[in-house]
Amino acid sequence: MASENVTSVEYIQHHLQNLTFGLHPENGWSIAHGAEEAREMGFWAIHLDTIGWSVLMGVIFLGLFRKVANSATSSGVPGGLQNMVEMVVEFVDDTVKTTFQGPHTRSPLIAPLALTVFVWIFLQNSLKLIPIDWLPGVFAKLGVDYMKVVPTTDPNATFGMAIGVFCLIIFYSFKIKGAGGFAKELSFTPFNHWSLVPFNLFLEVLQLLVKPISLALRLFGNMYAGEVIFILIALLPFWIQWTLNVPWAIFHILVITLQAFIFMVLTVVYLSSAHEKH
Amino acid sequence: MNINLTLIGQTIAFAIFVWFCMKYVWPPLIQALQERQKKIADGLDAASRANRDLELAQQQANETLRESKEQAAQILEQAHKRSNQMIEEARENARLEGERMIASARSEIDQEINRAKEELRAQVARLAIEGAERILESSIDEAKHRELVDKLATEL
Repeated sequence: MASENVTSVEYIQHHLQNLTFGLHPENGWSIAHGAEEAREMGFWAIHLDTIGWSVLMGVIFLGLFRKVANSATSSGVPGGLQNMVEMVVEFVDDTVKTTFQGPHTRSPLIAPLALTVFVWIFLQNSLKLIPIDWLPGVFAKLGVDYMKVVPTTDPNATFGMAIGVFCLIIFYSFKIKGAGGFAKELSFTPFNHWSLVPFNLFLEVLQLLVKPISLALRLFGNMYAGEVIFILIALLPFWIQWTLNVPWAIFHILVITLQAFIFMVLTVVYLSSAHEKH
Repeated sequence: MNINLTLIGQTIAFAIFVWFCMKYVWPPLIQALQERQKKIADGLDAASRANRDLELAQQQANETLRESKEQAAQILEQAHKRSNQMIEEARENARLEGERMIASARSEIDQEINRAKEELRAQVARLAIEGAERILESSIDEAKHRELVDKLATEL
């Protein structure tokens, strides 16, 4: 639904621009007007839309689950919402249990972490199923120029979560294996020989660093690509859009669930390997 | 697509959400699930126990029924035996009574016969005396010939 006075390139760029608030070298703390100003702000800027929507989704998730948790009783027949929540919880619990098999005890953080990752990312991704011009349109009417709704199409969001997971990997590696054990694992795998310690170290540290990067980039890449396709479809004449939009949206019901699931499973797997002593 | 403070903001939000979930969402849900699981398991257990009890009770009822039938049959048999015995006794009594009655009737008859004989004898004696008186045309001294006449009477 490109307006007549906007070119396709401008339309796409506009849709991919976050609402940025930051320290501009000339304007001071302000909301960026356009991509140029946003870039000039450098690191000291924040994407209000990304943070806003992701926090909103997080609050919806926790509010909903907390409400069910409050009313959840073992007696009585569970209602629809409670059934759904319990299904999700059991599903996550099963996944965590099957991944965490072995002698090492599981930290009580893991399962709630997996649940949060799964549902939160699912909700953030699902914002994508709202037609791409609705929310930006509403915000444009309210005087907000830029609105990139789906938080997971912003690498800041996906890397933010991946960094959280990475910190936990490091934390549990130290906690379970101890500093010495962790260092030994980094130095003597995969080749258990003193002469190969530098090589091992290089490999293992790389492997460690690749974990959060792959987590973040996989989610970001999938969501961003999907979003771009949606924007491209939106450039077509309105009477033909549905022929592409509907199948793509239906396909994305699968993608958003799958990506949330993959992020959760990989998080659990990484933390499980952080728990394992070699 | 700049990397900026959003990164740290998102990490902080993530940490807070995970903490909240771990503290206030996960434990009550899991507890409720486990409690329900336990309750269902207990319910199934109780059901199977009740089934077993029912089976046992049925068995017992069958046993009791069988016993009571047996007893009833026994009682019936005894009653039959007793009634037969009673009939037998009654028959015996009747027989004895009849025999007794026959005996007494017979003795009565004998007595009658004897009495009739006596009478006849007395009458015959008197007739004989009368006949003799008539023949002799004289009276016989009854006192004198009493012995003779009695002797005659006995011989009759």
